Amino acid sequence: MAFESFQDFIAMGGHAPYVWTAWAVTLALLLVSGIHARAEHRRLLRGLQRRMRREQRLAGCPGGTTNHYQRGGNANDT
Amino acid sequence: MWAFIHKLGSPKWFYAISSRLLPWFWTTAVLLIGVGTVWGLAFAPADYQQGNSYRIIYVHVPAAFLAQSIFVSMAVAGLIFMVWKIKIADMAAAMMAPLGAAMTFVGLFSGAVWGVPTWGTWWMWDARLTSMLILFFLYIGVIALRGAFSSRHSASRAASVLAMVGVINIPIIKYSVDWWYTLHQPSSFSMTSRPSMPADMWLPLLIMVLGFYCFFVAVTLMRMRSEILRRESNKRWVRELAGELS
Repeated sequence: MAFESFQDFIAMGGHAPYVWTAWAVTLALLLVSGIHARAEHRRLLRGLQRRMRREQRLAGCPGGTTNHYQRGGNANDT
Repeated sequence: MWAFIHKLGSPKWFYAISSRLLPWFWTTAVLLIGVGTVWGLAFAPADYQQGNSYRIIYVHVPAAFLAQSIFVSMAVAGLIFMVWKIKIADMAAAMMAPLGAAMTFVGLFSGAVWGVPTWGTWWMWDARLTSMLILFFLYIGVIALRGAFSSRHSASRAASVLAMVGVINIPIIKYSVDWWYTLHQPSSFSMTSRPSMPADMWLPLLIMVLGFYCFFVAVTLMRMRSEILRRESNKRWVRELAGELS
């Protein structure tokens, strides 16, 4: 241990503002980059899953999307 | 050898192999950076000249190393993409640029903060500082250029060319402290001689550097996986993968 006490450690021999600012900014940027990379991947996977489910639902109901649009068209005609 | 390279270029294979490698890189990065942080901040001895302000070195040097290595990696990936048309190389180049810019910023910022107590100034148009600032602008340029095209192929080609041309700046950064020695001190480390500081000082620095490199690999692999999902979302294997997970 290079310091006598915890207060000593925080004070950094009078260089506290410099040491802690540089460290805080660096670690914060690393943390944000890491969290962003993981969240980005999770978000994309979720989006793909949602799309798959939607397509399966549409494929599952008889007539699929076409039926829906046809009914809309008929309503306008009459 | 060529079969391996060909396989590595296949997004599907890359997606599978990277998922097995990633936990190792994340764990190693967190461990090394954790150990390096505690060691560097609390246990390494104070510098006889600079006192405790020198502890900024443990974030400044790894960030500056990474800033330059990422740019070289980006240029190599750009070259591979231009010569062999390997898409995954372009994805790598695209995904590592923001981290490179962030690390260049960290290098400049921590250097400026360190400069106040040691040099009495946070900025001077010293060759090392200026060439690092140019590196930062090159990163911004590569990122902006990629966003400026509506066709992905044109964007990739333009970004690759800029990275390959901009890499000229890297040797300039490296030798700037020897060619124009004005403010920034020359490198404290070299491959050929023993470090001039005690092991208790340089070991945590080495650990931090390795930790930062592992972190870079982890973030890049992770982001490349995302980019694969984005670019290949209509491929059958991606749809099957999403189907299996839901």
